[in-house]
Amino acid sequence: MSKIVPKPKALNCPNCGSQIELRAMGAAASVVCAYCNTTLDATNPQLTILQKFESRMKVEPVIPLGTRGTLKGSVWEAIGFQQRGINVDGTNYFWREYVLFNPYKGFRYLSEYENHWNFITSIPSRPVTGNSAVNRGTASFGGTEYHHFQTAQAYTWFVIGEFPWQVKTGEGVQSMDYVAAPKMLSAEMTQNEVTWSQGEYVTGQEIWTAFKLPGTPPAPNGIFANQPAPAVTGPGRPWLVFLALATLLFGMMIFFAANSRKEQVFRQHFTFQPAAAGEKSLVTPVFELKGGTGNVQIDLDTEMSNRWAYFAMALINEQTGDAIDFGREVSYYAGVDDGESWSEGDKHEDFIIPGVAGGRYYLRIEPETDPPAPGVSALTSSPINYRVTVTRDVPFYFRYLLGILLLFIPVLFMGRKGGNFEQTRWMESDHGTPPGWPSQAGQSDSGDEDDE
Amino acid sequence: MSQPTAICPNCGAEIRFRWPSAVQTTCEYCRSILVRHDVNLEKVGQVADLPPDISPIQIGTEGVYRNTAFQVIGRIIYSHDIGAWNEWHLMFSNGTSGWLSDAQAEYAVSFLSQPENGWLPAANQVQLGMEYQQQGVRLYVTSLTQANYEGVEGELPFPYWDKERCLFADLRSADGRFATIDYTEEPPLLFLGEFLEFEALRLANLKEFEGWPR
Repeated sequence: MSKIVPKPKALNCPNCGSQIELRAMGAAASVVCAYCNTTLDATNPQLTILQKFESRMKVEPVIPLGTRGTLKGSVWEAIGFQQRGINVDGTNYFWREYVLFNPYKGFRYLSEYENHWNFITSIPSRPVTGNSAVNRGTASFGGTEYHHFQTAQAYTWFVIGEFPWQVKTGEGVQSMDYVAAPKMLSAEMTQNEVTWSQGEYVTGQEIWTAFKLPGTPPAPNGIFANQPAPAVTGPGRPWLVFLALATLLFGMMIFFAANSRKEQVFRQHFTFQPAAAGEKSLVTPVFELKGGTGNVQIDLDTEMSNRWAYFAMALINEQTGDAIDFGREVSYYAGVDDGESWSEGDKHEDFIIPGVAGGRYYLRIEPETDPPAPGVSALTSSPINYRVTVTRDVPFYFRYLLGILLLFIPVLFMGRKGGNFEQTRWMESDHGTPPGWPSQAGQSDSGDEDDE
Repeated sequence: MSQPTAICPNCGAEIRFRWPSAVQTTCEYCRSILVRHDVNLEKVGQVADLPPDISPIQIGTEGVYRNTAFQVIGRIIYSHDIGAWNEWHLMFSNGTSGWLSDAQAEYAVSFLSQPENGWLPAANQVQLGMEYQQQGVRLYVTSLTQANYEGVEGELPFPYWDKERCLFADLRSADGRFATIDYTEEPPLLFLGEFLEFEALRLANLKEFEGWPR
């Protein structure tokens, strides 16, 4: 009982007489003559003239009307084309729209601006509009919150082919765009109704492949409202790399820490007499640093209060006489002020000497502090007791922690690049800045005007 | 399912009902509009020339809605300033009846419903943007359509012919729910349903379009 609906016969334009092909099997509301740009009523076979218009511009669609292509899993035929524009501060910005048709699935649309493409479906829903926490107009649909991008009066400048509504050149509608890349929601308002549609960013290559267009798609200019951010700056990716490398470093740190010998090779108490005359330096007994090359940690523990001392030291190889010089100041002050106790500095200091070859070594230590002043309390002249500990092959955390810290730099840099992408995207919006930022543009947030 | 039959009072052709509860049908031969009174059929009108058919759906098309199979057994055709649309009358395998509206290949399934609290905005009250809650769903009036009745075909659940101007209020929710208030009756009728993708309806026995393989 299946009957085949025949392709409608070509008709002649009642204005100029040229042939008009009807491709929408009768589903279109209007058709615009490709030669004289007269808009005709496609719902009656007489093609009553709806509008005569002397179009000042002629635009050639890059997808010729009548071309079929497979996009998003369905076959679509391009049946209508229009150039639309908005005027911002005296400058016209033009974009192009294609009407796609499938007799079973109805109408879809393509838009193209500066070689950025969107596949658009009208949605039979009324998204909830409002204002988000970031003080930007929002529209919610399908569990996604879209942020207001632009409100503008869009004018139709040039039309050819079939449309599911009565398209008229020169007519304007208010349109509002909301963005959640790679998708966007648009509301168009006429006197009778508000229609919502959802666009999905598609690449020029997808369009060229779908409609088998000759050559290669021209490169898009700038960043479009719902263009997805490049993969490298996409959320997560740099952080994953960071996490992997940081985990590796952390693993190495744990491995070497577990395998370090941490062998105490020398410990001795000394007393420094600032008031004593004569040579202040001393040498320790010889101790052995076993194994090959490894680090050595020197710990200084002092019993000082409210004074300082500088310990100039050298680690000297008994056989070769090679000396590694180093030094540390130890200072510790404490007291009670207004009933509150305070302290500053540390009685303890330690440092690590990396890459010390195995062998027999001794330390030369030369402490120094304020010379004892005459008549001053015994504080500055009292002896300083200190203890020196030498440990061979200690676990070395700092280097790894520093490495992890350094890994942050490229991540932050890439994050900033992503930030720049978002900033460039939103620079073109009414707000001048991404959601959550203070608006820069003069135009106020009008994203919720249609609410109620 | 038993298929009651009757004789067309106008031309004598056999009228076969797909749906035992049908109140109105049309004769396939002489195109009389027939209303059922018990066992008798009364001719109440004549189907005029229908506008050119643009829908892939036809009487006899089968589909599935929420796991229940249906068959298209009748339709009401309307037109407005951008073309015609169909309200297809569906008979479900469980005996209930519903509607599949198809306007420019935008599909919605709906069912006659009793308004909660018994209230519907009157024709002179209803306006664009008005909120109307039903069954916990917030619906908003998104279009008011002055339509012309263009004709009927097949079996309908009520007598329906010879209408003129018809006012419809279409309501939409945030999530694809849909309602229509039909002001051709007094009191007005409420239909509640949802929009569906073509693929979701799993339609079979569709019309074919020249040059468009499915």
